[in-house]
Amino acid sequence: MRNRPLLLKLLSALIVFGGWEIAGRIPVSNAFPTFLESMSALAILTFDGTLFTAYAETLKPLVVGIAISAFLGIGIGLWTGLSSKFDWLFSPIFIVMQAAPLAALIPLLIIAYGIGLTSKVFVVCIMAMPVIVLNTSGAVRNTPSSMIEMARAFLANKRDVILKVIVPAASPIIFSGLRLGISAGFIGAILAELKITPTGVGDIITFSRSIADYPSMYAAIFSIILLAVLFLNLLEKIEIYLFKGNVRGYASD
Amino acid sequence: MPQTKEEVGTLQTQEIDYAVRVSGVSKTYGDVEALRDLSLDFPRGQLTSLLGPSGCGKTTLLKIIAGLLSSDSGEVEVNGKPVTGPGPDRAFVFQDFALLPWASVLRNVGFGLELRGVAKSEREGIAEKYIRDVGLTGFENSYPHELSGGMRQRVGLARALSVDAQVLLMDEPFSAVDEQTRRKFQEDLLSLVQNHDKTFIFVTHSIEEAVYVSDQVAILLPRPSRVSEIIRPTSIRNKSKDSIRRDPEYLDIVDRIWESLRSYVE
Repeated sequence: MRNRPLLLKLLSALIVFGGWEIAGRIPVSNAFPTFLESMSALAILTFDGTLFTAYAETLKPLVVGIAISAFLGIGIGLWTGLSSKFDWLFSPIFIVMQAAPLAALIPLLIIAYGIGLTSKVFVVCIMAMPVIVLNTSGAVRNTPSSMIEMARAFLANKRDVILKVIVPAASPIIFSGLRLGISAGFIGAILAELKITPTGVGDIITFSRSIADYPSMYAAIFSIILLAVLFLNLLEKIEIYLFKGNVRGYASD
Repeated sequence: MPQTKEEVGTLQTQEIDYAVRVSGVSKTYGDVEALRDLSLDFPRGQLTSLLGPSGCGKTTLLKIIAGLLSSDSGEVEVNGKPVTGPGPDRAFVFQDFALLPWASVLRNVGFGLELRGVAKSEREGIAEKYIRDVGLTGFENSYPHELSGGMRQRVGLARALSVDAQVLLMDEPFSAVDEQTRRKFQEDLLSLVQNHDKTFIFVTHSIEEAVYVSDQVAILLPRPSRVSEIIRPTSIRNKSKDSIRRDPEYLDIVDRIWESLRSYVE
């Protein structure tokens, strides 16, 4: 039984990469390299160190932005979920943020915060935070009332109710918000590098495209997706470690 | 003849030790009047059922006794002290079990003690004892979703027993388990009442269940909510668990309660 998911994972990877290879060989477009070409470009980028220097640059706004979004997002989410007054105050901001066409707002951010790290962190936060906040507050509001009643009947104070019942009960949805938010944060980090100043992975993408080195461009895109998947797996491990009984198996991993 | 509410008043004057006394309690939710001037006493060490059709306010009354709801008027006393909120003298068993899905059976059973600040090793020792008592040995590290409905309610019962409260409040505890498990639970409840010096308040909508397990059955009727009758199936209580269900008096009482309830059931 343990081997079957692994086998399925390999099979699905084989189908996707096989499809990519075939589409590249036809080719569907001159700008679409095959899987093997992209992978060899990835190997070259990795071994000559380009990829590492690029990620040193890209990870800065990404990590800072995701950290801010996760802590602040869960904090504000808990707050708005617990108090209808703050919900009324904050939720509209995040709903607007989620719906806003970010690419069009980037020039405004540049005017306000320049072309440095601050603007890029903002882009990551605008992408990542709304879904984290909205998921957290929704989950907090939907805590089964009987569980809260149970805690109160067994003499829980307000702090116990929040820390021992509401937060763990909301954790599956908070974590799914984190997963969605972090994926969006990765998109935001690359978007910032494409739209604000080409640095890091965004620079590899822009530069390779300008010299028609499509395998390198796709290699860079592939690497960022790979990193995102690995990061989401890590997040899932953390969730399983923290709230074992809540986890009844995921389709992903 | 059925005892009426006035006769409840005469019962109070007798020398019976009451663990819980409810007097003149009213509760309205918006336009809905859940309870109106309800008075009822619960003798110590006995099991009292609150029986009635849905919407008669029996769960509301139980939650007011638990301190989870406040009444609009009237008083509730537990061991002579007025109830202002949940207290260590009462423990609650929930209809939907209300277990923490992320916590193991051991932590769920010890959760009441955890909230009281009992040290981990001590509360786990106590929890293990009650897990054994309810027959769940070997499931200490299982999670609620791995257990059947009946086993989950055993966890809920062990949690309530482990805090060692004098009054056990049970809100239709067996209504979400299957019929066979339910019968077993009813038999277990009889020995629980016999072996522990605790006062049980038991909400149910099953007439048979109420008569089978109770020392005193309070029949609640809606529109307006009131205690219409108190029945004490005393002679059944001395019979063995197995013969109660065939006892003519048991069957008579069940029939009599149904007669008085049927007009309220649509």
